[in-house]
Amino acid sequence: QQIQEDLNKQLLDNLVSFLSQSHSEFQEKTTEWTCRMKFREIPTAALVLGVNVTDHDLTFRGLSDVLQENITPYIALLEAKDCPGIKNLMQKLMGQLMNCDIDVDTLEDEDCVQVSQNKIRCSMSSLINWYESVTKKTDSETPSKKRNSSSRHWQSPPVVVIFKDMESFTTKVLQDFIVISSQHIHELPLVLIFGIATSPMIIHRLLPHSVSSLLCIELFQSLSCKEHLSTIIDKLLLTSQFPFKLGEKVLQVLFNIFLYHDFSVQNFIKGFQLCIVEHFYSQPLSVLCCQLVDAKKRVNFLSHDQCENIRRLPSFRRYVEKQESEKQIALLTTDSFLKEETEKLLEDLHVYHENYVSVLRCLHVFTSSLPKYPLGKQIRELHCACLENQVWETEEYESSLQLARMLNKTDLVTMLQQCVEILLSSSGKEFDKTVEKLKEFLTQFQNLEAEASQERDVSVSSQKELQKKTDLYHLQKTLLELKESRRSKKLTKFEMLRFEVIDYIDSLVRTYLVPADNRTLHEVVYFNAAAVLRGHLNAAPRTALHTALNNPHWYLKNQALKCDGGGISNKAPDICIVYKLHLECGRLINLVDWLEAFSTVVMAGEEPNADAASSDQVDDIIHARFIRAVSELELLGFIKPSKQKTDHVARLTWGGC
Amino acid sequence: MSWPEGTRSSRRSLQVKFVPDEEVLKHIADDAGIKVRKDKAQLSVSVKRFVKKLENISDNEAQEILEEKNYIAALGICAEDPMGNGSNISGGEVYSFQTPKRSSKMAELASELAQTPEQNVAPDHSKCPEKMAKPPQSNSNFMWAEIVWKCSLILKEFVSTTPYRLRKRLAASDPCLESESEYSASCSEEEDEKDQKEVSTVLPDQKTPAKTKAASTPPPRNNLAKKKKDEKMSNLVEEYFEAHSSSKVLTSDRTLQKLRKRRLDQQTLHDLLKRAPLAYAAEIKDLNQQHESLFSKWMLQLHLGFNIVLYGLGSKRDLLEKFRTSLLQDSVHLVVNGYFPSITVRSILNSITEEVLDHIGTFRSPLDQLEFIIKRFKEDSSLELYVLIHNLDSQMLRGERSQQILAQLSSLPSIYLIASIDHINAPLMWDQAKLSLYNWLWYETTTFSPYVEETSYENSLLVQQSGSLALSSLMHVLRSLTLNARGIFRLLAQHQLEKKDNPSYPGLPFQDFYQQCREAFLVNSDLTLRAQLTEFRDHKLIRTKRGADGVEYLLIPVDDSTLTDFLEKEDEDV
Repeated sequence: QQIQEDLNKQLLDNLVSFLSQSHSEFQEKTTEWTCRMKFREIPTAALVLGVNVTDHDLTFRGLSDVLQENITPYIALLEAKDCPGIKNLMQKLMGQLMNCDIDVDTLEDEDCVQVSQNKIRCSMSSLINWYESVTKKTDSETPSKKRNSSSRHWQSPPVVVIFKDMESFTTKVLQDFIVISSQHIHELPLVLIFGIATSPMIIHRLLPHSVSSLLCIELFQSLSCKEHLSTIIDKLLLTSQFPFKLGEKVLQVLFNIFLYHDFSVQNFIKGFQLCIVEHFYSQPLSVLCCQLVDAKKRVNFLSHDQCENIRRLPSFRRYVEKQESEKQIALLTTDSFLKEETEKLLEDLHVYHENYVSVLRCLHVFTSSLPKYPLGKQIRELHCACLENQVWETEEYESSLQLARMLNKTDLVTMLQQCVEILLSSSGKEFDKTVEKLKEFLTQFQNLEAEASQERDVSVSSQKELQKKTDLYHLQKTLLELKESRRSKKLTKFEMLRFEVIDYIDSLVRTYLVPADNRTLHEVVYFNAAAVLRGHLNAAPRTALHTALNNPHWYLKNQALKCDGGGISNKAPDICIVYKLHLECGRLINLVDWLEAFSTVVMAGEEPNADAASSDQVDDIIHARFIRAVSELELLGFIKPSKQKTDHVARLTWGGC
Repeated sequence: MSWPEGTRSSRRSLQVKFVPDEEVLKHIADDAGIKVRKDKAQLSVSVKRFVKKLENISDNEAQEILEEKNYIAALGICAEDPMGNGSNISGGEVYSFQTPKRSSKMAELASELAQTPEQNVAPDHSKCPEKMAKPPQSNSNFMWAEIVWKCSLILKEFVSTTPYRLRKRLAASDPCLESESEYSASCSEEEDEKDQKEVSTVLPDQKTPAKTKAASTPPPRNNLAKKKKDEKMSNLVEEYFEAHSSSKVLTSDRTLQKLRKRRLDQQTLHDLLKRAPLAYAAEIKDLNQQHESLFSKWMLQLHLGFNIVLYGLGSKRDLLEKFRTSLLQDSVHLVVNGYFPSITVRSILNSITEEVLDHIGTFRSPLDQLEFIIKRFKEDSSLELYVLIHNLDSQMLRGERSQQILAQLSSLPSIYLIASIDHINAPLMWDQAKLSLYNWLWYETTTFSPYVEETSYENSLLVQQSGSLALSSLMHVLRSLTLNARGIFRLLAQHQLEKKDNPSYPGLPFQDFYQQCREAFLVNSDLTLRAQLTEFRDHKLIRTKRGADGVEYLLIPVDDSTLTDFLEKEDEDV
């Protein structure tokens, strides 16, 4: 299971590197434009980040890291929750600036500590003093060794203040801060960065004109979360390097959570991690889910039990059934033979993945530009479709082929070229022939060029003929004739070739995009327990409570609880009975009535052995049980005590839910 | 007129099934549209019953008519009764679906037509959603025709125009149908109360006979007379949903005090519950075993940076305890009993800093403390801490700030959080940012075990607050005070006990109290008394309230029995 930790790490690294990549452009811009700082105006960058709030943290961290390296050591990250007032804001700001300063120049330690100790006088002037002292010192004291680092920064590096979540800041605080700092802009080169989740309009809504005029705002748009996602999918799912794969259902669940719940790449990754964990935890054969070389080694060390596990895999059984009888026996009895076979199969699987990915990309090239996107615009949709079942049997595939047959030449040529590139870049060995074939197609297209021009002449002449005739009747007739002839006419060479190309692509798809379920040993690398995943990531506590209360039989497998169609069984647990009874009431519930109803139900449920002597006893117990059930309901939030009337409780839910 | 048992039960199930739909409908539709739809839903239910009835007694056409006659008779009784009141009960009942506007109109109509019972039937019909728009008929024979025709219409179209009430009333009014009416009251639970009233008008003091099926029992009957009064008072008897928008609530006036049963205190309750056998122990055990098999998985996932939250009906305390004892024995862990009413985030943080990190000293704010903890945990990667929180959604912890702090805490890689939630709306306390900090993995652990610990701190209405806790704390605080201070408190307590029969006792006015204290040589100035009272107030021993006249009233917020106990104890001490 160490592998899996490695994988996790790799995963996060990928993301971080990607994010910093995506933000490098901002930095460049920022640097350029901070140069032309204007008098009395605070340069401000507004970063529109989209709604995936959870990812912002990571983004900002990456951003501040990059900024720190390239532009300035003075960065403060501010969050709204830390800054309820201007004073807190200043405090936080000072603290962060001075701390980061300590990190950069350890020489000035004492000085900084001194400054930060008088936190009470946190004001702009002290900030400026500090800034001056710091910059002076870096100017005067820095030896040649330090020159290097500071030359990377400017002579007077700007102080960058990042507001992580602009929307949740109180307007007053922001306004005050901006006004104050604009007073001091000469002494203190300040740069603000606003993180915005909604739209750039929010700046103007939050800040009145008098304040926003002090800012020189430049707007940056970060990549949309969907693009982040597709990069991640590209890097993680559609590579043969990464041995772990997701099944179709699981992918669907993850995408659904992403698209319909939070748009958070981070959560997507979390889900992915969970899949990995689950897979390694629940599938004993997941030891084989690693790089091919390791897997081969591990196959040799498989114990007998593990071999048995392999034999038990449904896909392996199917495979065995297809073999001849002797081989079947060998596979089922001798471990060593099984291991050899497994090795071979794993290799097959690996090759399959390699081919799969490249062909999938080729297909994506074709389908992504078709009108209406019958197979989806994104490669992930295509991927899901391919995993789900045999893609060539679907209607969407049919229609997309139909559409592809109508592509014009230039598109087709560029697509073919792209395909060739993809296939060349892939490591699969079987693609040599394919590439050749495609190249052949390309040359044929080029040859067609000349003929095509000829043909065009012909068609032009016919058009000219057509223009001559102005009579409506004749026009109609000729048009019909033309149509007729077109239909009957032998297909042009181009069309023939086009058909050929599409057919070829089709054949490629049919050979390589076989759904993974059909492959032997696919269980080793594919994770398919979508229900588990959904349960853990997208749980429905309310539903669970509801079923438990309404239908205790679901959990407690006792025949007595089995009831038809939602009625209350009088043997149900107390809380269920009480819950059911309370469903019938309005906004307020009279406890006495409730208790009596409850006791009647319970009494009827128990055997009518109530003799006069023990009835009082029983009553007390029932009373106690009722009290317990009611207070449990209160704990669950269905009712609350009410002062409106004596001995009443208020219902907090509505209707039957 | 006794129908086979089987049909009853099938009808019962039918009706129960319909309830949620109707409720949902009610819930979704807004006020205006709701009335008609609701009517329909209800009517369709009744139609089905009705159809079944008719199927069963297809040849009982004659009896139907007999029923109707009875119904009219019953209506007549009803109509005569309320005349004195200006508006009529039957109007109140039957038009219970109506909007106020319409009901006033109906009242007008009713008073116009209230001369003869037959006429009273007409508005009854016009109430139907489809509005059959028959002019009021004075000819009773014509009425019969109409009713019979409508019944057949129902059969044909399945869209009822006959009110549900009517059917029921027909049944109820016939003495020999008593058991049936009983049944309809009991089975149509979605409108318990109205049913009760319905029955109450016809059979005001009927004692509940043995139920044929007690599974769903009708609410008790002996309060019905009171209900009737209730109804008379409020001629705006409104629907369930309307009750929600207005402040009028329709429930019986019975109180627990009128029950001969005494209130149980916490201890006896506990004892009683212990004696009651736990139902389905075996099944619950099975469930728990299922959950316990997940323990090692939890451990793994905790270590991988996820935090675990458990949800589902039943106390998860035992489960977590078991998890703790089986897997966390050798590691540092902190158990937080969130259900404890005085738990705060601060106390959680304190126990981390003091017990886990061995840090002595105080912090200015929880945020500082949190920062300190985060720093320590980041510096020292060998530090590991398991935090188990029972009821993360309890009153004290569900606040925004508490959750924020806990979330930040849980986001530390070396703090492993495993928590349980119970409240139905618990997930609402987390927004996206917090969720990502928590990094939850959800586990459904329905245990069905009773919430013994969790509910024991709640002030349930039914449980008498045992005075023992309050008394001991009272003694404790008082013992630490000076003799004079105790005297002051005694004075106040005695005064309050003297006035205990006065339910609207506002408290002792400050000036009077001062006078008394001076007379007893307990204080020598206004200021000393005030200082003393401030101390009391800080310990929550007294409460001050400003009356309408600006006078300050002092009150001990402890019930009388405890106070008596307290004084007795004090006497013993002195």
